[in-house]
Amino acid sequence: MSIIVDENSQIVVQGITGKEGAFHTNQMIEYGSKVVAGVTPGKGGQKFEGKVPIFNTVKDAVDATGANVSVLFVPPSFAADAVYEAADAGVETVVCITEGIPAKDMLKVYHFLKKKGTRMIGPNCPGVISPGKCKVGIMPAFIHKEGSVGVISRSGTLTYEAVHQLTQIGLGQSTCIGIGGDPVIGTRFIDALELFRKDEQTEAVVLIGEIGGTAEEEAAAWVKQYFNKPVVAFIAGQTAPPGKRMGHAGAIISGGKGTAAEKMKALKDAGITVCESPAVIGQTVKKVLGK
Amino acid sequence: MNIHEYQAKEILRKYGVAVPGGKVAFSAAEAEQAAKELGGNVFVVKAQIHAGGRGKGGGVKIAKSPAEARELAEKMLGMKLVTHQTGPEGKEVRKVLIEKGIDIARELYLGIVLDRSVSKLVVMASTEGGVEIEKVAAQTPEKIFKEYVEPEVGMQPFQARRLAFKLGLSGDQIKNATQFILALYNAFADSDASLAEINPLVVTKAGEVLALDAKIGFDDNALYRHKDIAGMRDIHEEDPLEVEAHKHDLNYIKLDGNVGCMVNGAGLAMATMDIIKLAGGMPANFLDVGGGANVDTVRNGFHILLSDPHVKAVLVNIFGGIVRCDRVAKGIIEAAKSIEIKVPMVIRLEGTNAEEAAVLLKESGMNFEVANSLEDGAKKVVSMIR
Repeated sequence: MSIIVDENSQIVVQGITGKEGAFHTNQMIEYGSKVVAGVTPGKGGQKFEGKVPIFNTVKDAVDATGANVSVLFVPPSFAADAVYEAADAGVETVVCITEGIPAKDMLKVYHFLKKKGTRMIGPNCPGVISPGKCKVGIMPAFIHKEGSVGVISRSGTLTYEAVHQLTQIGLGQSTCIGIGGDPVIGTRFIDALELFRKDEQTEAVVLIGEIGGTAEEEAAAWVKQYFNKPVVAFIAGQTAPPGKRMGHAGAIISGGKGTAAEKMKALKDAGITVCESPAVIGQTVKKVLGK
Repeated sequence: MNIHEYQAKEILRKYGVAVPGGKVAFSAAEAEQAAKELGGNVFVVKAQIHAGGRGKGGGVKIAKSPAEARELAEKMLGMKLVTHQTGPEGKEVRKVLIEKGIDIARELYLGIVLDRSVSKLVVMASTEGGVEIEKVAAQTPEKIFKEYVEPEVGMQPFQARRLAFKLGLSGDQIKNATQFILALYNAFADSDASLAEINPLVVTKAGEVLALDAKIGFDDNALYRHKDIAGMRDIHEEDPLEVEAHKHDLNYIKLDGNVGCMVNGAGLAMATMDIIKLAGGMPANFLDVGGGANVDTVRNGFHILLSDPHVKAVLVNIFGGIVRCDRVAKGIIEAAKSIEIKVPMVIRLEGTNAEEAAVLLKESGMNFEVANSLEDGAKKVVSMIR
């Protein structure tokens, strides 16, 4: 099974001719993802590297190819517009890699997508991968392995670290989702957990949070009530000072709220296994699975 | 990005939010002149630094004449003001705000923040002004009233009125407060603010509703479309190394420890700080060199983190994904040639081409210790400072 993306995902890349877009399109194709279309306004009718048709609008791309997943490599000031366009064209899932989008833009996008029923992953995220089936994003594919552990994370390279540990120890992944480091994101921990709950392939979930906001506390309460698979968590930023934005727009302890200690406590209280150290995520999952 | 109180009030005034008459002064003479121009016989002299708790630290004083305002400004300017938010070293006062004294009848609270759990802005009001809102939220949450704003339509007048009534206002105060709240919301939304706090919001004996204090923070991601606000940045309020890092597009935050670290990615950078602490050390900084770590970013990163004299050892932790580790290794070797690195260093490169990178580092003949995991790296670097 796996969630969000699989072998049936038909991908359209918005911003396919830009430097980042072009590079990662090739990486996705190399992995076996079905990239069926690209969009660059003004370049409609051309082909990306002789293989992927380019369209002027997402609507044209969807009509011609049946694309159902969009991935965005567009600059922050154009990103909100690109998400609206994808949702308007009727894609089911929009993966927004772009970092640096104003929160005000995303607030409007978020509520628009809710009404449309479009799922957004990100922004400011590495994307989503169902190993062995489909990769939509910028993560290094080779560290992944198909298997039964779901991964949800607010971070990029820290997710790679966790996935690497899992693969090294022999545990594959069903789907790994980078939900993004911004204050307003399309898919939250709970949304992803809900999908993992119904996914037969997924036997356990790794949840990687960080300081700022209360998404981990909300996830903890939800897990306690509804989730019946083992969850292993790590919270980054145990040593982060208050009032400082730690790289990600959403990673800030403000007014004494959003500390790692509070989040770790909430997760533990919900029966989740919390790793104190980021180095033991893989072995902890192995332990809780009894493998 | 944060700004000073006087700058926040300038923005608010533009949007029709009622604020006391006031002028900023950079010298004692200017302070006296400002008081004379404002008129009246009671003035408030307020130190302008980016930190709360100024009153308790001696940064807010009452003057009964322009001459006294001058005296107070004289003492305040140049002093190191220590509050619970500045740290023990305090912050130098470089300017003061001179304001007209107000006849205060009530002190209230008004704030706007993003509630991430519902992805909406929330306007919060409380009858408990002048105290920290976090304390009110913890002890008497029933004294905080909230209105959530629908992003499509914005804050509506009925919501502002509802808050005004809940605050126990009456008569003209209702109209004044409604106007105040709507204007504050407009200022917030228009300028891409991330936080606004009016604490206290005061009701005067004449029934006016005014912002006695004002704190506004802005969304860094939106500053590109607000050049005027971006220009209000005061680098004196920031750590010089952080300012330098900002110039090179590096995310650097100075901390109190002695183990410097350089990492790609914000989450992994925080996790690296955490594991240094778990290994018994203390991180000297947060440094995220980003996804595209190359010779330049690595060199600039080293330059900045080694400028901190407290750094006694360095841990480099790179998880190569799209970034190839051998390129990062070359970057480190190049950077080490142009900067004198006097402290011991542990390097952990994992991911794409990690083995080639290890060979390059070994053959460089430079004095690096190579770690084969995150934990190994943390243990090695901490053992070096013992």
